[in-house]
Amino acid sequence: MVALSVAVLLAVGLVYTSFSASTEAKEPSQLLGATPGTSYEMTGRVVPGSIRRDGNGLRFQVADRDGGGQRLPVTYTGTVPDPFRGGREIILTGTVESGTFVGEPDTLITKCPSKFTVENSGK
Amino acid sequence: MTANLGSAALALAFFATLCAAGLALAGARGERRWVDASRRAVYTLCALLTLCVVLIEIAFISDDFSLSIVQEHSSIETPTFYKLAAMWSSQEGSLLLWAWVLSIASSAALYATRDKLREVVPYATAVLAGVAGFFTGLLLFGEGVDPFATLSPAPADGVGLTPLLQHPSMMIHPPMLYSGYVAFTIPFAFAIGALVTRRLDAAWIRATRRFALIAWAFLGLGLLLGARWSYTELGWGGYWAWDPVENAALMPWLTGTAFLHSIMVQEKRGILKVWNASLIVVTFALALLGTFLVRSGVLQSIHAFGDSTVGPYILGLIAVVLLGSAALIVSRLDDLRSERRIDSLASREAVFLVNNLLLVALTATIFWGTFFPLISELFTGEKASLAAPWFDQYTTPLAVLLVLFTGIGPLLAWRRVSWDTAKRVFLAPAAVAVLVGVALLLSTDVANSLWALALFVFAAFSLTGLAQEFWRGAAARRRLSGESMPAALAAIVTRNRRRYGGYIVHAGIAVLLIGIAASSSFQTKRDLKLSPGESAVVEGRQITYERPTVSVDERALTFGAVLGVEQDGERFELRPSRDYFRPTGVQGRTIGSFFSGEATSEVGLKPGLRSDLWAAPEPDLSALKRRVRAADRGFGACVRGAPGAPPQCEAVAQLMRAAAADPRLRPAALAQINRLQAAVAERLARSYIAEGAPVTFRVIVDPLVTWIWIGALIALTGALIAIWPTRRSRRAPAADTELEALKEAKYREISDAELDHAAGKLSDEDYALLDAELRREAVEILDRGNGHAGNGRPAEKPAARG
Repeated sequence: MVALSVAVLLAVGLVYTSFSASTEAKEPSQLLGATPGTSYEMTGRVVPGSIRRDGNGLRFQVADRDGGGQRLPVTYTGTVPDPFRGGREIILTGTVESGTFVGEPDTLITKCPSKFTVENSGK
Repeated sequence: MTANLGSAALALAFFATLCAAGLALAGARGERRWVDASRRAVYTLCALLTLCVVLIEIAFISDDFSLSIVQEHSSIETPTFYKLAAMWSSQEGSLLLWAWVLSIASSAALYATRDKLREVVPYATAVLAGVAGFFTGLLLFGEGVDPFATLSPAPADGVGLTPLLQHPSMMIHPPMLYSGYVAFTIPFAFAIGALVTRRLDAAWIRATRRFALIAWAFLGLGLLLGARWSYTELGWGGYWAWDPVENAALMPWLTGTAFLHSIMVQEKRGILKVWNASLIVVTFALALLGTFLVRSGVLQSIHAFGDSTVGPYILGLIAVVLLGSAALIVSRLDDLRSERRIDSLASREAVFLVNNLLLVALTATIFWGTFFPLISELFTGEKASLAAPWFDQYTTPLAVLLVLFTGIGPLLAWRRVSWDTAKRVFLAPAAVAVLVGVALLLSTDVANSLWALALFVFAAFSLTGLAQEFWRGAAARRRLSGESMPAALAAIVTRNRRRYGGYIVHAGIAVLLIGIAASSSFQTKRDLKLSPGESAVVEGRQITYERPTVSVDERALTFGAVLGVEQDGERFELRPSRDYFRPTGVQGRTIGSFFSGEATSEVGLKPGLRSDLWAAPEPDLSALKRRVRAADRGFGACVRGAPGAPPQCEAVAQLMRAAAADPRLRPAALAQINRLQAAVAERLARSYIAEGAPVTFRVIVDPLVTWIWIGALIALTGALIAIWPTRRSRRAPAADTELEALKEAKYREISDAELDHAAGKLSDEDYALLDAELRREAVEILDRGNGHAGNGRPAEKPAARG
């Protein structure tokens, strides 16, 4: 009986907090008209050749995961995972401010490539 | 040749699984010969899959690029060590690994039970063969997962194994995780067999308990290695990120932990039968889910290795497992009724029940959080995800409670504990816990994190309680035998491996949780931008960027830093670096391509018992890259023989003109160009030293993080002690029949009660009552054996063995 009520309490807590604490997952092209100040989880592909260092941070552009859609400029400071580079899929949490996606520090996740295919970096 | 032989072996392996399942089911009605044949079909399966694995490994070592698995995951330059590990970096290779490990585990389990559990084994064999058939069938008929697919004509070189995976952990981390997942199939298969035949006493548990423990230990080791790999290699300094695939491996480990505890309750007390059957089904389904998540791409994860074709099939298998098992359990509810109720809340079985509920709650929370993107898409149409703080908010309190019960459980005896006894055994641990709490509050800033404080206090309670158990056990033994204390300690551990091995695991987990709490709550993380010669102070450590280093070899350009650190009057150096791997197998590259390959951090780490100092550099290569672009332009002009190019270009330009005229000269010309480019790239890389560019160092001071690894090693040692066969089980055949199993369980209970009494966990009064009760139960069992031989079935004679 006690166990059951604790379980119900836990379940209610999980459901309630998860819907309020979660961040919406979006692709860059869905974020162009996003509400400023709302936190989103952005999933996209880093545009090759767009990465610039800027002081302590990074500036780069992301396209949709299929590589299409409009490009979204991104600024980010914090840990950069080893696999991060142009052409990789990334997941980043942050907000949209005047057309730029501002990543929260240390939230950048770069997906491991499925296969080690070499992009020819020569144009 | 290899491909044909391998494909044939794989097809035969699939056929062997069909034979094994068919023969086992046909023999289930009592035809022993068919059951024996089905077991031999499983041995054959194991031999065939071993052949497949050996063939693929030989192909990797001998650079046989006619196999596409080798071409896509290895290259001539790949070090031999990683050629051996490259098999499981591929999808088909990891599925083959699954099937192979399963065939080994199945063979071992069926060999161990070859003359036991006569009714259950045929169905268990059929389940094992069915699961093995699923995976070999997938390899044989699935789209794009044929491990023996060939390329024609065979390329001269492969694309290589991604440098990110070139870490010693790659050799053992994936196989350990897979072995853990796979080994849970054994108790699952025997549970299904027991359900089908309604032999729902503890015999199936006794037969597979060791496999469950092995699965648990492997999975735990796999998780540990993954955490360690992440900490030392991935350049972010963390060991756990609540990433979906990490969660997927943690969940079966948690339910497996619950299972290992609750089966003890069933063995001893004949209760929790539905719970145990459900737990092992859930654990196996979660293990499959872990395999599925890595291979499907439904959830965004660092481990999601691309979308694949096998995901839906694995999902189908999970559905079959869950629905089939649920139907089976519901139809057997009458047979699964408990033999008695829990006597008292103050008993070990009650604490085990609480710990089970906590572990399952933890699993449910992690499951909800992991699959929340799918859940929210279902309800709101938007994929939304939950981050680490959400997970921490629930898992922290649950972990704090768990560590408390880790300490309480071992202090209580089975069945019931009187208030006086409880006071006696709890006194010392509680006193130490309070002292530790006060000392921490007075001497550190632990008050900033009350959850961490609670965890430290409860861990102190648990560790003291466990130490007291060892002390009292050894003291009791010494009173009887007059041995020295160390000898008595060794004697009680070797004579009760399961009990004391388990206690050692508990101690290890408590230590591990202390490490997690301290390192996650009191970590200092700083990003320092330093030029050569500059220094900064982090947590009392003076860190100086002394000089940059560059090294160049065949495989990578390495930009490193020498950091001088002064800590408590001690001086040492850290040499973190960042490696830029040269892309392999590309034609016509630029000098720039040498700088744009895969990059990995080599962390500078000074581990310590009090805290770790961790540093990873992010060199600023922008000036270098400008020089590289200029060099590429110059090189292009040189090759074209453009006007104004320096005179030494003439030879190259001539070569290019000759190659343009005669295609046969092209490979030689390209090779020459590549050599020149590599030489220029090297010179440019070395110019980084003279430049003295600033480097951003991420510096982390992590208190007590080393104790995570130490705790895990203690826990593994404990698990090993518990797994190790006892002298008795090695010499004499174990109980063959249900009756023998009952007898043995009862004897064990009687000796446990004696031990508990001797160690002061049972008062004289309680012990007298319990002992009388147990002896009465034992006599009943003996009577049943002598009188009407069990439930009307003839008592089987234990097989005589040398």
